[in-house]
Amino acid sequence: MNPTEYEYLRKFLKDNSGLDLSADKQYLIESRLLPLARKAGLSSIGELVQKLQGGSGALVTSVVEAMTTNETFFFRDKVPFDHFRDHIMPEIIKARASKRSVRIWCAAGSTGQEPYSLAMCLKDMSSALTGWRIEIIATDLSQEVLEKAKAGVYSQFEVQRGLPIQMLVKYFKQTGETWQVNPELRAMIQHRQLNLLHDFSQLGTFDVIFCRNVLIYFDQETKVNIFNRLARQVEPDGFLVLGAAETVVGLTDVFRPIPERRGLYKPNDLRAASAKPALAGAPPRMAAMAGR
Amino acid sequence: MKTCLVVDDSSIVRKVARRIVEALGFQVIEAEDGVEALVHCKKAMPEAILLDWNMPVMDGFQFLSTLRRMPGGEEPMVVFCTTETGIDHITKAMGGGANEYIMKPFDKDIVMAKFQEVGLIPLGEETAA
Repeated sequence: MNPTEYEYLRKFLKDNSGLDLSADKQYLIESRLLPLARKAGLSSIGELVQKLQGGSGALVTSVVEAMTTNETFFFRDKVPFDHFRDHIMPEIIKARASKRSVRIWCAAGSTGQEPYSLAMCLKDMSSALTGWRIEIIATDLSQEVLEKAKAGVYSQFEVQRGLPIQMLVKYFKQTGETWQVNPELRAMIQHRQLNLLHDFSQLGTFDVIFCRNVLIYFDQETKVNIFNRLARQVEPDGFLVLGAAETVVGLTDVFRPIPERRGLYKPNDLRAASAKPALAGAPPRMAAMAGR
Repeated sequence: MKTCLVVDDSSIVRKVARRIVEALGFQVIEAEDGVEALVHCKKAMPEAILLDWNMPVMDGFQFLSTLRRMPGGEEPMVVFCTTETGIDHITKAMGGGANEYIMKPFDKDIVMAKFQEVGLIPLGEETAA
């Protein structure tokens, strides 16, 4: 891949998905896009670029999907799920004692490991949640990824990374070489396609938003825009959970970190945020996703 | 340095496991079957045991049952590592006192995840995508 092709793909991905690759991600592009090029009968990234320039709608979608799909695993990083169980949920159980309902959004639900991990946490504390209405909404950019999440079928490798064996036995059913999440757990989650660059106010407000390891791909301005819009979807006493490499600090004051709880944020009073209309505007204008 | 006893009748599996477990910061001792493993445990209890199921002389499950009845035998973290992937075997192993269970084939990520799960190694730097 020559520098011109790399630059083209960088810009292409930025425009189509908001993905903001730094100048040194050639290996990432090659590892994700070469298999795709070959599948399409092309011999190199160069040929793939030519096809994209020629305007191939189907290819646009698969290139974006291949680049934005992340490998993930159950209880990834562990700490956020400990926070969820030991800090977030106890607080919500207290605060919503009369309403008895909780809404959770996995904003980068990917292949389902994160929403299912949350569902397992909630099942494990079901005695404290008797009679509660629990909603978990998992969204992702990629339709292919959503299908996998919905099916809840994982390989032996996938279920061994991060998932304690007791949880596997308790919440999965073995079918030959694969393991499927129990219907009861699957029924707890609604899967929806969503591009974070687009308006998501129709999802309503949430008590907890998990938005991990997705914003790292966006540039500063896009990040700020998304944070500001996320702030409107979280209840005033709700929580935002970010990935280990992500923070709001230095970007926006619509959320504040919770001391001693890495990755955990609370919304600030939104009146403070509205003093900065330039940041709290509409979704950024990006080229619409082809075929969506 | 913590010690891990790798019990497997295949020398290739032991070699692969040794490399992975050493990279996780353990000193490794090898045993070919349950009886040999018990000899090591009587001398000094390891902190961790990576345990195959099907082996000649004494299989992994028999070893585990004997180990857990020995003085100090409740201490080691025992992680099965076997081609027996049926839920019946998993349930039996956990009921018999195993702490975790790896279904072969395995790799470094899986061993690391399971060792973290049982607290043998601290959680690493959190992974970014």
